[in-house]
Amino acid sequence: MSWGFLRDLLSGVNKYSTGIGRIWVAVVFIFRLLVYVAVAENIWKYEHDEFECNVKQPGCENVCFDHFFPVSHIRLWALQLIMVSTPSLLVVFHVAYRENREKHHDQKLYKSPGEIDGGLLCTYLISLVLKTGFEIVFLFLFYKLYNGFKVPRLVKCDVRPCPSTVDCYISKPTEKMIFLYFLVATSGLCIVLNVSELSYLIFKYSIKCYLKRYVKKHQ
Amino acid sequence: MDWGALHTILGGVNKHSTSIGKIWLTVLFIFRIMILVVAAEKVWGDEQDDFVCNTLQPGCKNVCYDHFFPISHIRLWALQLIFVSTPALLVAMHVAYRRHEKKRQFIKGDQKCEYKDIEEIRKQRFRIEGTLWWTYTSSIFFRLVFEAVFMYAFYFMYDGFRMPRLMKCNAWPCPNTVDCFVSRPTEKTVFTVFMIAVSSICILLNVAELCYLLTKFFLRRSKKAGNPKHHPNHENKEETKQNEMNELISDSCQNTVIGFSS
Repeated sequence: MSWGFLRDLLSGVNKYSTGIGRIWVAVVFIFRLLVYVAVAENIWKYEHDEFECNVKQPGCENVCFDHFFPVSHIRLWALQLIMVSTPSLLVVFHVAYRENREKHHDQKLYKSPGEIDGGLLCTYLISLVLKTGFEIVFLFLFYKLYNGFKVPRLVKCDVRPCPSTVDCYISKPTEKMIFLYFLVATSGLCIVLNVSELSYLIFKYSIKCYLKRYVKKHQ
Repeated sequence: MDWGALHTILGGVNKHSTSIGKIWLTVLFIFRIMILVVAAEKVWGDEQDDFVCNTLQPGCKNVCYDHFFPISHIRLWALQLIFVSTPALLVAMHVAYRRHEKKRQFIKGDQKCEYKDIEEIRKQRFRIEGTLWWTYTSSIFFRLVFEAVFMYAFYFMYDGFRMPRLMKCNAWPCPNTVDCFVSRPTEKTVFTVFMIAVSSICILLNVAELCYLLTKFFLRRSKKAGNPKHHPNHENKEETKQNEMNELISDSCQNTVIGFSS
Protein backbone atom coordinates (compact mmCIF):
# COMPACT_ATOMS: atom_id res chain seq x y z
CA MET A 1 0.00 0.00 0.00
CA SER A 2 1.70 3.14 -1.13
CA TRP A 3 1.39 6.08 -3.44
CA GLY A 4 0.78 3.68 -6.32
CA PHE A 5 -2.74 3.19 -4.96
CA LEU A 6 -3.43 6.92 -5.20
CA ARG A 7 -2.04 6.95 -8.70
CA ASP A 8 -4.39 4.12 -9.75
CA LEU A 9 -7.33 5.87 -8.14
CA LEU A 10 -6.65 9.12 -9.95
CA SER A 11 -6.13 7.32 -13.27
CA GLY A 12 -9.55 5.74 -12.82
CA VAL A 13 -11.16 9.12 -12.21
CA ASN A 14 -9.60 10.53 -15.37
CA LYS A 15 -12.18 8.73 -17.49
CA TYR A 16 -15.10 10.71 -16.06
CA SER A 17 -13.42 14.10 -15.91
CA THR A 18 -13.73 17.13 -18.09
CA GLY A 19 -10.68 18.53 -19.92
CA ILE A 20 -9.79 20.79 -17.01
CA GLY A 21 -10.19 17.82 -14.65
CA ARG A 22 -7.60 15.89 -16.65
CA ILE A 23 -5.17 18.81 -16.47
CA TRP A 24 -5.74 18.81 -12.69
CA VAL A 25 -4.90 15.09 -12.51
CA ALA A 26 -1.71 15.67 -14.55
CA VAL A 27 -0.66 18.56 -12.28
CA VAL A 28 -1.30 16.47 -9.14
CA PHE A 29 0.62 13.48 -10.54
CA ILE A 30 3.64 15.25 -11.84
CA PHE A 31 4.11 18.45 -9.89
CA ARG A 32 2.87 17.21 -6.54
CA LEU A 33 3.04 13.44 -6.17
CA LEU A 34 6.19 12.85 -8.20
CA VAL A 35 8.00 15.85 -6.67
CA TYR A 36 6.97 14.64 -3.20
CA VAL A 37 8.19 11.06 -3.68
CA ALA A 38 11.29 11.71 -5.76
CA VAL A 39 12.53 14.95 -4.26
CA ALA A 40 10.89 16.33 -1.14
CA GLU A 41 10.88 13.20 1.02
CA ASN A 42 14.69 13.09 0.98
CA ILE A 43 15.02 16.64 2.19
CA TRP A 44 13.02 15.99 5.33
CA LYS A 45 14.36 12.45 5.84
CA TYR A 46 16.82 13.19 8.66
CA GLU A 47 15.24 16.36 9.97
CA HIS A 48 15.20 15.16 13.56
CA ASP A 49 18.77 13.81 13.50
CA GLU A 50 20.09 16.98 11.96
CA PHE A 51 18.18 19.30 14.29
CA GLU A 52 20.85 20.58 16.65
CA CYS A 53 20.61 22.60 19.85
CA ASN A 54 23.47 24.44 21.53
CA VAL A 55 23.14 22.49 24.78
CA LYS A 56 24.20 19.17 26.27
CA GLN A 57 21.08 18.71 28.43
CA PRO A 58 19.52 15.32 27.48
CA GLY A 59 16.00 15.62 26.21
CA CYS A 60 16.22 19.29 25.36
CA GLU A 61 16.65 18.70 21.63
CA ASN A 62 13.73 16.28 21.53
CA VAL A 63 11.45 18.63 23.38
CA CYS A 64 12.41 21.63 21.27
CA PHE A 65 11.96 19.73 18.02
CA ASP A 66 8.54 18.61 19.15
CA HIS A 67 7.66 22.15 20.18
CA PHE A 68 8.57 23.71 16.85
CA PHE A 69 7.36 20.87 14.59
CA PRO A 70 4.13 19.45 16.08
CA VAL A 71 3.42 17.92 12.67
CA SER A 72 6.31 17.87 10.23
CA HIS A 73 5.96 19.76 6.91
CA ILE A 74 6.38 16.58 4.95
CA ARG A 75 3.59 14.77 6.83
CA LEU A 76 1.20 17.67 6.34
CA TRP A 77 2.12 17.62 2.65
CA ALA A 78 1.33 13.89 2.41
CA LEU A 79 -1.97 14.34 4.24
CA GLN A 80 -2.88 17.19 1.94
CA LEU A 81 -2.21 15.04 -1.14
CA ILE A 82 -4.37 12.23 0.21
CA MET A 83 -7.28 14.45 1.31
CA VAL A 84 -7.28 16.40 -1.93
CA SER A 85 -7.42 13.26 -4.07
CA THR A 86 -10.11 11.51 -2.03
CA PRO A 87 -13.22 13.47 -3.14
CA SER A 88 -12.70 11.97 -6.57
CA LEU A 89 -13.73 8.68 -4.96
CA LEU A 90 -17.28 10.05 -4.69
CA VAL A 91 -17.45 10.19 -8.48
CA VAL A 92 -16.04 6.68 -8.82
CA PHE A 93 -18.58 5.31 -6.33
CA HIS A 94 -21.47 7.04 -8.06
CA VAL A 95 -20.46 5.63 -11.44
CA ALA A 96 -20.10 2.16 -9.92
CA TYR A 97 -23.56 2.55 -8.34
CA ARG A 98 -25.03 3.50 -11.71
CA GLU A 99 -23.43 0.55 -13.46
CA ASN A 100 -24.66 -1.74 -10.71
CA ARG A 101 -28.22 -0.48 -11.11
CA GLU A 102 -28.10 -0.92 -14.86
CA LYS A 103 -26.89 -4.49 -14.41
CA HIS A 104 -29.58 -5.16 -11.82
CA HIS A 105 -32.40 -3.85 -14.00
CA ASP A 106 -30.79 -5.35 -17.09
CA GLN A 107 -31.42 -2.22 -19.15
CA LYS A 108 -29.85 1.09 -19.97
CA LEU A 109 -31.14 3.57 -17.41
CA TYR A 110 -28.72 6.40 -18.03
CA LYS A 111 -27.30 8.21 -21.03
CA SER A 112 -23.82 7.35 -22.35
CA PRO A 113 -21.30 6.68 -19.54
CA GLY A 114 -18.93 9.44 -20.63
CA GLU A 115 -21.55 12.13 -20.16
CA ILE A 116 -21.80 13.94 -16.82
CA ASP A 117 -25.49 14.60 -16.24
CA GLY A 118 -28.08 14.86 -13.50
CA GLY A 119 -27.02 13.12 -10.29
CA LEU A 120 -23.48 12.48 -11.49
CA LEU A 121 -23.07 16.20 -12.19
CA CYS A 122 -24.12 16.99 -8.62
CA THR A 123 -21.62 14.47 -7.25
CA TYR A 124 -18.89 15.88 -9.50
CA LEU A 125 -19.61 19.44 -8.39
CA ILE A 126 -19.59 18.39 -4.71
CA SER A 127 -16.24 16.64 -5.23
CA LEU A 128 -14.83 19.84 -6.78
CA VAL A 129 -16.05 21.94 -3.86
CA LEU A 130 -14.57 19.48 -1.36
CA LYS A 131 -11.22 19.37 -3.19
CA THR A 132 -10.98 23.17 -3.17
CA GLY A 133 -12.04 23.26 0.48
CA PHE A 134 -9.35 20.79 1.53
CA GLU A 135 -6.66 22.68 -0.39
CA ILE A 136 -7.57 25.93 1.33
CA VAL A 137 -7.79 24.29 4.77
CA PHE A 138 -4.33 22.76 4.44
CA LEU A 139 -2.76 25.94 3.14
CA PHE A 140 -4.27 27.77 6.11
CA LEU A 141 -2.99 25.07 8.47
CA PHE A 142 0.53 25.38 7.06
CA TYR A 143 0.36 29.14 7.45
CA LYS A 144 -0.91 29.02 11.02
CA LEU A 145 1.34 26.23 12.30
CA TYR A 146 4.57 27.62 10.89
CA ASN A 147 3.96 31.38 10.97
CA GLY A 148 3.89 31.82 7.25
CA PHE A 149 5.84 29.61 4.87
CA LYS A 150 9.26 30.54 6.16
CA VAL A 151 11.73 28.09 7.66
CA PRO A 152 14.18 29.93 9.91
CA ARG A 153 17.79 28.85 10.35
CA LEU A 154 17.69 29.43 14.06
CA VAL A 155 14.92 29.04 16.63
CA LYS A 156 15.17 29.94 20.31
CA CYS A 157 13.78 27.34 22.68
CA ASP A 158 13.15 27.54 26.44
CA VAL A 159 10.91 24.53 27.06
CA ARG A 160 11.73 22.30 30.07
CA PRO A 161 14.18 20.50 30.50
CA CYS A 162 16.25 23.05 28.57
CA PRO A 163 18.09 24.98 31.33
CA SER A 164 17.62 28.40 29.66
CA THR A 165 16.83 29.85 26.24
CA VAL A 166 18.93 27.76 23.89
CA ASP A 167 19.72 28.23 20.23
CA CYS A 168 18.46 25.43 18.02
CA TYR A 169 19.44 25.08 14.37
CA ILE A 170 17.19 23.61 11.73
CA SER A 171 18.85 21.63 8.92
CA LYS A 172 18.53 22.72 5.26
CA PRO A 173 16.16 25.63 5.96
CA THR A 174 16.58 27.28 2.56
CA GLU A 175 15.92 24.09 0.62
CA LYS A 176 12.85 23.38 2.77
CA MET A 177 11.56 26.89 2.21
CA ILE A 178 12.00 26.61 -1.57
CA PHE A 179 9.97 23.41 -1.63
CA LEU A 180 7.31 24.83 0.67
CA TYR A 181 6.83 27.69 -1.77
CA PHE A 182 6.67 25.13 -4.56
CA LEU A 183 3.94 23.31 -2.64
CA VAL A 184 2.00 26.55 -2.15
CA ALA A 185 2.33 27.42 -5.85
CA THR A 186 1.05 24.02 -7.02
CA SER A 187 -1.76 24.12 -4.45
CA GLY A 188 -2.73 27.55 -5.73
CA LEU A 189 -2.69 26.28 -9.31
CA CYS A 190 -4.92 23.35 -8.36
CA ILE A 191 -7.36 25.70 -6.60
CA VAL A 192 -7.53 27.85 -9.75
CA LEU A 193 -8.14 24.77 -11.91
CA ASN A 194 -10.89 23.51 -9.59
CA VAL A 195 -12.63 26.88 -9.46
CA SER A 196 -12.52 27.28 -13.25
CA GLU A 197 -13.87 23.75 -13.74
CA LEU A 198 -16.67 24.49 -11.26
CA SER A 199 -17.59 27.75 -13.03
CA TYR A 200 -17.39 26.12 -16.45
CA LEU A 201 -19.71 23.25 -15.47
CA ILE A 202 -22.22 25.48 -13.71
CA PHE A 203 -22.27 27.88 -16.66
CA LYS A 204 -22.58 25.08 -19.24
CA TYR A 205 -25.45 23.33 -17.52
CA SER A 206 -27.31 26.52 -16.65
CA ILE A 207 -27.26 27.48 -20.34
CA LYS A 208 -28.46 23.96 -21.24
CA CYS A 209 -31.28 24.16 -18.68
CA TYR A 210 -32.28 27.62 -19.80
CA LEU A 211 -32.35 26.61 -23.48
CA LYS A 212 -34.46 23.53 -22.70
CA ARG A 213 -36.99 25.64 -20.84
CA TYR A 214 -37.00 28.24 -23.61
CA VAL A 215 -37.63 25.57 -26.27
CA LYS A 216 -40.42 24.00 -24.15
CA LYS A 217 -42.13 27.38 -23.71
CA HIS A 218 -42.22 28.01 -27.39
CA GLN A 219 -43.54 24.56 -28.30
CA MET B 1 4.65 6.62 -7.69
CA ASP B 2 8.15 7.33 -8.92
CA TRP B 3 10.20 7.82 -12.04
CA GLY B 4 8.68 4.64 -13.48
CA ALA B 5 5.30 6.35 -13.63
CA LEU B 6 6.85 9.23 -15.58
CA HIS B 7 8.27 6.63 -17.95
CA THR B 8 4.79 5.17 -18.49
CA ILE B 9 3.30 8.60 -19.14
CA LEU B 10 6.01 9.68 -21.57
CA GLY B 11 6.25 6.30 -23.29
CA GLY B 12 2.93 7.01 -24.95
CA VAL B 13 4.29 10.21 -26.46
CA ASN B 14 7.08 8.26 -28.14
CA LYS B 15 4.76 6.98 -30.87
CA HIS B 16 3.97 10.47 -32.12
CA SER B 17 7.49 11.87 -31.97
CA THR B 18 9.98 12.40 -34.74
CA SER B 19 13.10 10.19 -34.80
CA ILE B 20 15.13 12.87 -33.09
CA GLY B 21 12.41 13.08 -30.45
CA LYS B 22 12.69 9.36 -29.84
CA ILE B 23 16.46 9.64 -29.44
CA TRP B 24 15.93 12.52 -26.99
CA LEU B 25 13.52 10.44 -24.94
CA THR B 26 15.99 7.54 -24.82
CA VAL B 27 18.83 9.83 -23.74
CA LEU B 28 16.56 11.33 -21.08
CA PHE B 29 15.62 8.00 -19.58
CA ILE B 30 18.90 6.17 -19.79
CA PHE B 31 21.54 8.85 -19.32
CA ARG B 32 19.70 11.16 -17.00
CA ILE B 33 16.88 9.59 -15.01
CA MET B 34 18.52 6.19 -14.65
CA ILE B 35 21.91 7.68 -13.73
CA LEU B 36 20.17 9.95 -11.22
CA VAL B 37 18.35 7.12 -9.51
CA VAL B 38 21.02 4.44 -9.67
CA ALA B 39 24.18 6.43 -9.03
CA ALA B 40 23.87 10.12 -8.30
CA GLU B 41 21.40 9.73 -5.43
CA LYS B 42 23.87 7.50 -3.61
CA VAL B 43 26.76 9.91 -4.10
CA TRP B 44 24.74 12.77 -2.58
CA GLY B 45 22.98 10.50 -0.08
CA ASP B 46 25.21 11.29 2.90
CA GLU B 47 25.97 14.86 1.98
CA GLN B 48 25.00 16.60 5.20
CA ASP B 49 26.13 13.83 7.52
CA ASP B 50 29.60 13.84 6.04
CA PHE B 51 29.84 17.60 5.69
CA VAL B 52 32.35 18.34 8.44
CA CYS B 53 33.38 21.69 9.86
CA ASN B 54 36.48 22.28 11.93
CA THR B 55 34.60 23.50 14.99
CA LEU B 56 32.69 22.09 17.93
CA GLN B 57 30.22 24.99 17.98
CA PRO B 58 26.74 23.46 17.75
CA GLY B 59 24.76 24.76 14.82
CA CYS B 60 27.76 25.99 12.85
CA LYS B 61 27.74 22.96 10.55
CA ASN B 62 24.01 23.29 9.83
CA VAL B 63 24.28 26.97 9.06
CA CYS B 64 27.36 26.58 6.86
CA TYR B 65 25.81 23.71 4.93
CA ASP B 66 22.68 25.75 4.33
CA HIS B 67 24.78 28.72 3.26
CA PHE B 68 26.78 26.81 0.66
CA PHE B 69 24.00 24.52 -0.59
CA PRO B 70 20.71 26.49 -0.68
CA ILE B 71 19.33 23.73 -2.85
CA SER B 72 21.19 20.49 -3.33
CA HIS B 73 22.49 19.44 -6.78
CA ILE B 74 20.44 16.28 -6.70
CA ARG B 75 17.21 18.15 -6.03
CA LEU B 76 17.91 20.65 -8.79
CA TRP B 77 18.48 17.80 -11.23
CA ALA B 78 15.30 16.05 -10.23
CA LEU B 79 13.33 19.27 -10.70
CA GLN B 80 15.06 19.87 -14.03
CA LEU B 81 14.11 16.41 -15.24
CA ILE B 82 10.50 16.86 -14.16
CA PHE B 83 10.16 20.27 -15.81
CA VAL B 84 11.91 19.17 -19.00
CA SER B 85 9.65 16.10 -19.35
CA THR B 86 6.43 18.02 -18.79
CA PRO B 87 6.07 19.76 -22.20
CA ALA B 88 5.78 16.33 -23.81
CA LEU B 89 2.50 16.05 -21.92
CA LEU B 90 1.09 18.86 -24.05
CA VAL B 91 1.57 16.63 -27.07
CA ALA B 92 0.06 13.64 -25.25
CA MET B 93 -3.00 15.72 -24.31
CA HIS B 94 -3.43 17.01 -27.86
CA VAL B 95 -3.23 13.49 -29.28
CA ALA B 96 -5.69 12.24 -26.67
CA TYR B 97 -8.06 15.09 -27.56
CA ARG B 98 -7.88 14.23 -31.27
CA ARG B 99 -8.49 10.55 -30.54
CA HIS B 100 -11.46 11.49 -28.38
CA GLU B 101 -12.95 13.58 -31.19
CA LYS B 102 -12.50 10.76 -33.71
CA LYS B 103 -14.06 8.29 -31.27
CA ARG B 104 -17.04 10.60 -30.84
CA GLN B 105 -17.45 10.84 -34.60
CA PHE B 106 -17.23 7.07 -34.87
CA ILE B 107 -19.82 6.49 -32.13
CA LYS B 108 -22.19 9.01 -33.74
CA GLY B 109 -21.93 6.94 -36.89
CA ASP B 110 -20.67 9.88 -38.88
CA GLN B 111 -20.41 9.24 -42.61
CA LYS B 112 -17.11 11.11 -42.78
CA CYS B 113 -15.38 8.78 -40.36
CA GLU B 114 -13.49 6.06 -42.13
CA TYR B 115 -12.36 3.84 -39.27
CA LYS B 116 -13.59 0.27 -39.06
CA ASP B 117 -13.51 0.08 -35.26
CA ILE B 118 -12.41 1.85 -32.12
CA GLU B 119 -9.21 -0.21 -31.88
CA GLU B 120 -8.02 1.36 -35.11
CA ILE B 121 -8.55 4.84 -33.67
CA ARG B 122 -6.67 3.86 -30.52
CA LYS B 123 -3.71 2.46 -32.44
CA GLN B 124 -3.54 5.24 -35.00
CA ARG B 125 -0.41 7.30 -35.22
CA PHE B 126 -1.02 10.96 -35.99
CA ARG B 127 1.32 12.81 -38.27
CA ILE B 128 2.84 16.01 -36.99
CA GLU B 129 0.84 18.43 -39.09
CA GLY B 130 -1.55 21.28 -38.55
CA THR B 131 -2.31 22.18 -34.95
CA LEU B 132 -0.35 19.17 -33.68
CA TRP B 133 2.73 20.68 -35.35
CA TRP B 134 2.26 23.87 -33.34
CA THR B 135 1.78 21.95 -30.09
CA TYR B 136 4.82 19.79 -30.77
CA THR B 137 7.02 22.76 -31.70
CA SER B 138 5.93 24.73 -28.61
CA SER B 139 6.72 21.73 -26.43
CA ILE B 140 10.26 21.57 -27.86
CA PHE B 141 10.65 25.31 -27.36
CA PHE B 142 9.59 25.06 -23.69
CA ARG B 143 11.94 22.12 -23.18
CA LEU B 144 14.82 24.23 -24.47
CA VAL B 145 13.87 27.11 -22.22
CA PHE B 146 13.67 24.91 -19.12
CA GLU B 147 17.00 23.21 -19.86
CA ALA B 148 18.71 26.55 -20.36
CA VAL B 149 17.17 28.06 -17.22
CA PHE B 150 18.26 25.16 -15.03
CA MET B 151 21.78 25.06 -16.48
CA TYR B 152 22.09 28.78 -15.77
CA ALA B 153 20.68 28.32 -12.25
CA PHE B 154 23.34 25.66 -11.60
CA TYR B 155 26.14 27.82 -12.91
CA PHE B 156 24.91 30.85 -10.98
CA MET B 157 24.34 29.08 -7.66
CA TYR B 158 27.53 27.05 -7.54
CA ASP B 159 29.97 29.36 -9.32
CA GLY B 160 30.74 26.95 -12.10
CA PHE B 161 30.43 23.18 -12.10
CA ARG B 162 33.27 22.24 -9.79
CA MET B 163 32.76 20.99 -6.26
CA PRO B 164 35.53 22.32 -4.00
CA ARG B 165 37.02 20.18 -1.22
CA LEU B 166 37.20 22.97 1.28
CA MET B 167 34.88 25.89 1.96
CA LYS B 168 35.53 28.72 4.38
CA CYS B 169 32.51 29.71 6.43
CA ASN B 170 31.96 32.57 8.88
CA ALA B 171 28.16 32.61 9.19
CA TRP B 172 26.81 33.06 12.73
CA PRO B 173 27.06 31.12 15.13
CA CYS B 174 30.46 30.01 13.83
CA PRO B 175 32.93 31.75 16.16
CA ASN B 176 35.30 32.78 13.31
CA THR B 177 36.10 31.68 9.77
CA VAL B 178 36.00 27.90 9.95
CA ASP B 179 37.09 25.29 7.43
CA CYS B 180 34.31 23.06 6.20
CA PHE B 181 34.96 19.95 4.16
CA VAL B 182 32.56 18.58 1.56
CA SER B 183 32.17 14.81 1.27
CA ARG B 184 33.24 13.12 -2.03
CA PRO B 185 34.02 16.33 -3.94
CA THR B 186 35.74 14.63 -6.89
CA GLU B 187 32.94 12.10 -7.43
CA LYS B 188 30.38 14.91 -7.22
CA THR B 189 32.36 16.99 -9.75
CA VAL B 190 32.47 14.01 -12.13
CA PHE B 191 28.72 13.48 -11.92
CA THR B 192 28.00 17.20 -12.22
CA VAL B 193 30.09 17.44 -15.37
CA PHE B 194 28.41 14.29 -16.73
CA MET B 195 24.91 15.65 -16.10
CA ILE B 196 25.80 18.99 -17.65
CA ALA B 197 27.25 17.24 -20.70
CA VAL B 198 24.11 15.14 -21.18
CA SER B 199 21.97 18.28 -20.69
CA SER B 200 23.94 19.95 -23.49
CA ILE B 201 23.44 16.93 -25.75
CA CYS B 202 19.70 17.12 -25.05
CA ILE B 203 19.72 20.83 -25.90
CA LEU B 204 21.48 20.06 -29.20
CA LEU B 205 18.96 17.32 -29.98
CA ASN B 206 16.08 19.70 -29.27
CA VAL B 207 17.60 22.42 -31.47
CA ALA B 208 18.12 19.88 -34.27
CA GLU B 209 14.52 18.69 -33.93
CA LEU B 210 13.24 22.26 -34.02
CA CYS B 211 15.25 23.00 -37.18
CA TYR B 212 13.99 19.81 -38.77
CA LEU B 213 10.36 20.66 -38.02
CA LEU B 214 10.75 24.23 -39.28
CA THR B 215 12.42 23.02 -42.49
CA LYS B 216 9.61 20.51 -43.04
CA PHE B 217 7.02 23.22 -42.45
CA PHE B 218 8.55 25.64 -44.95
CA LEU B 219 9.07 22.93 -47.56
CA ARG B 220 5.44 21.84 -47.22
CA ARG B 221 4.29 25.45 -47.50
CA SER B 222 6.30 26.08 -50.65
CA LYS B 223 4.91 22.85 -52.16
CA LYS B 224 1.34 23.96 -51.40
CA ALA B 225 2.04 27.45 -52.76
CA GLY B 226 3.18 25.80 -55.99
CA ASN B 227 0.12 23.48 -56.32
CA PRO B 228 -3.01 25.73 -56.57
CA LYS B 229 -1.66 27.40 -59.76
CA HIS B 230 -1.73 24.05 -61.60
CA HIS B 231 -5.02 22.75 -60.20
CA PRO B 232 -8.15 23.59 -62.19
CA ASN B 233 -10.54 23.08 -59.19
CA HIS B 234 -9.40 25.54 -56.57
CA GLU B 235 -9.50 23.61 -53.28
CA ASN B 236 -10.75 25.38 -50.23
CA LYS B 237 -9.23 24.97 -46.74
CA GLU B 238 -11.66 22.30 -45.60
CA GLU B 239 -11.07 20.08 -48.58
CA THR B 240 -7.31 20.36 -48.10
CA LYS B 241 -7.72 19.24 -44.50
CA GLN B 242 -9.96 16.39 -45.59
CA ASN B 243 -7.36 15.34 -48.13
CA GLU B 244 -4.70 15.31 -45.44
CA MET B 245 -6.92 13.11 -43.32
CA ASN B 246 -7.45 10.80 -46.24
CA GLU B 247 -3.71 10.41 -46.56
CA LEU B 248 -3.59 9.17 -43.00
CA ILE B 249 -6.23 6.53 -43.52
CA SER B 250 -5.19 2.96 -44.23
CA ASP B 251 -5.61 1.27 -47.66
CA SER B 252 -8.84 -0.41 -46.63
CA CYS B 253 -10.63 2.94 -47.02
CA GLN B 254 -13.09 2.62 -49.92
CA ASN B 255 -14.06 6.17 -50.75
CA THR B 256 -10.92 8.12 -51.59
CA VAL B 257 -12.44 11.07 -53.41
CA ILE B 258 -14.58 12.42 -50.57
CA GLY B 259 -12.77 15.75 -50.70
CA PHE B 260 -13.95 16.40 -54.19
CA SER B 261 -17.49 15.15 -53.81
CA SER B 262 -18.92 18.67 -53.46
